[in-house]
Amino acid sequence: MSEATADGARRFFRRARAKSATGAEPGAGKALWQAAPMALVFFVFFLLPLAVTIIVSFWEFTQYSIEPALVFQNYTDVFSGCLEELPGLCVTLATYLSTLKFCFLVWLTTLLIGFTVAYFLAFHVRTLPVQVAFFLLCTIPFWTSIVIRMISWIPLLGRNGLVNGFLIDIGVTDTPLEWLLYSDFAVVLALTHLYALFMVVPIFNSMMRIDRSLIEAAADSGATGVQTLTSVIIPLAKPGIIIGSIFVITIVMGDFLTIGIMGGQQIASVGKTIQTQIQYLQFPIAAANAVLLLIAVTFAISALLKMVDIRREL
Amino acid sequence: MAQPETVELAAVTKAYGDVVAVDRISLKIEAGQYCCLLGPSGCGKTSTLRMIAGHESISDGDILIGHRRINDIPPAKRGTAMMFQNYALFPHLDIAENVAFSLKMQGTGKAERRKRAMEMLDLVSMTEFADRKPNQLSGGQQQRVALARALMTRPSVLLLDEPLSALDPFLRVRMRGELRRIQRELGISFIHVTHSQEEAMALSDLVVVMNDAKIVQSGPAREVFNRPRTEFVARFMGGHNIMSEGGRTVTLRSDALQISRADGARRATVQEVEYRGPQVMVNLATDSGDEMSAIVSERTYFSDPVTPGDVVGLTWPADEVHELTAEP
Repeated sequence: MSEATADGARRFFRRARAKSATGAEPGAGKALWQAAPMALVFFVFFLLPLAVTIIVSFWEFTQYSIEPALVFQNYTDVFSGCLEELPGLCVTLATYLSTLKFCFLVWLTTLLIGFTVAYFLAFHVRTLPVQVAFFLLCTIPFWTSIVIRMISWIPLLGRNGLVNGFLIDIGVTDTPLEWLLYSDFAVVLALTHLYALFMVVPIFNSMMRIDRSLIEAAADSGATGVQTLTSVIIPLAKPGIIIGSIFVITIVMGDFLTIGIMGGQQIASVGKTIQTQIQYLQFPIAAANAVLLLIAVTFAISALLKMVDIRREL
Repeated sequence: MAQPETVELAAVTKAYGDVVAVDRISLKIEAGQYCCLLGPSGCGKTSTLRMIAGHESISDGDILIGHRRINDIPPAKRGTAMMFQNYALFPHLDIAENVAFSLKMQGTGKAERRKRAMEMLDLVSMTEFADRKPNQLSGGQQQRVALARALMTRPSVLLLDEPLSALDPFLRVRMRGELRRIQRELGISFIHVTHSQEEAMALSDLVVVMNDAKIVQSGPAREVFNRPRTEFVARFMGGHNIMSEGGRTVTLRSDALQISRADGARRATVQEVEYRGPQVMVNLATDSGDEMSAIVSERTYFSDPVTPGDVVGLTWPADEVHELTAEP
């Protein structure tokens, strides 16, 4: 946004605020009513389930019954054996560690791909119609359901899949590569494929706000292409990078479907633990796990938000 | 600062597809001159400047700085520095870092960078703002910083793209004086793009008037103002009456036109009177249907004020009439 319009907008809001302050009562009441539908949706589909989850996480759970109560049993169960097994890892910590590992790997690959694609779209594609066309191309993975997208990896990566067939044909390998499917590699590949766009969009948005004359000014000051990238473009695209990271990290931390399917149901993740517990109707311990996951993700996001002024970006 | 250098353009052309933005212009700017490229928007003045800077490729022709042909040399190696219209300060860096950006790119150490940045900020009287971010400065202050950053590369030619257009009129006049002072102190060439003839006349050793991708006239400000070659230049510089006289088109400076109650060479009706402080401008419609204007000193005007609707006689000294030498 140019300075002039930003100023204009600021003035406008100041005036709007001044107006609603003078005629406070009726204006404020109307505003509350206008916000009510959204607040209702928010309450029913977010606050209520969250409250129920937190409450259930303190209920008492035995092999055959679930009783309303206020016990910390579920939380201690989650971490059972963790102290005793030190320095080894208990199941919960190992699961969290595995989830964090995927988080980090997927974050890294989506960041590299997302930044490159956004850079290409923002600085090398000159016209808006072409930019729009390329964006549509990027959204193609979203045209089908998540499950179908993952299943379609199987004929490609399987033992007798296209990739293995091709590698054997050109003589790179004699026996099919086993690690292509149902492996860490497959999980990272599928997650990257699914979520790279969540990196592209916010980074592209940040890059489009970079004044092109800044890049000329850098060249004028003798900056090489790499120097312009590291000392002008990356710092100015940082808000987009962080917002994209928040998207990817939150999604991957809670994922169980992709890790389940692409990992051949053999790889642990926090989401998958919760899902399994729900399948066995162990609701209180699943709720306790969910609350812990929520706390972990909230910490990660608040740390990321410290690095960017999100209000300025919206 | 570096030695001043001459800048020479030889049949320089810029074409965007079929559109010719700059059409074979040739120009020589002497070392240490203050040159203004003057013209309406879209006349090709900014494209010309950007070609000299190296931010726009040259479609045809050559640009020489000193004795070097710089067509294919990257911007930072041309000995030019550019001051951008919107200042183009790096929003994520503080003022000192902005000014020292070129040193950082060369790998100069932090302490040395800071020291040199402070020296440069001193030149534009901005040292106390060294630790601020660009968005905490006013337009005029940002501009001084942009100037300091451009000068940091020790250019022999400084290129300024409409540097004053974003400032309010009062600040514009002050910054104008400052630019001229800095140019004189450094002794390097300045090439300044503007659409304000007033700015060009106030600053330039050399005024280059451009229109429709071509140079229409270039020369010292006084020459361009007093002896416009074409009707376009006369109109653009302002303060001229354009008349046809015996089949020729001539111009007459508005301040040479005298109004009297008696009959003169022409008769005209007063249309509008505009008070300007030291002078008064009187807009007139002659009986033959031409529009003319006279600029009269305030004292002369109020000794016998005319009002709209008055019929007056116009006279002028014959030697004030200037014939246009070239037709557009």
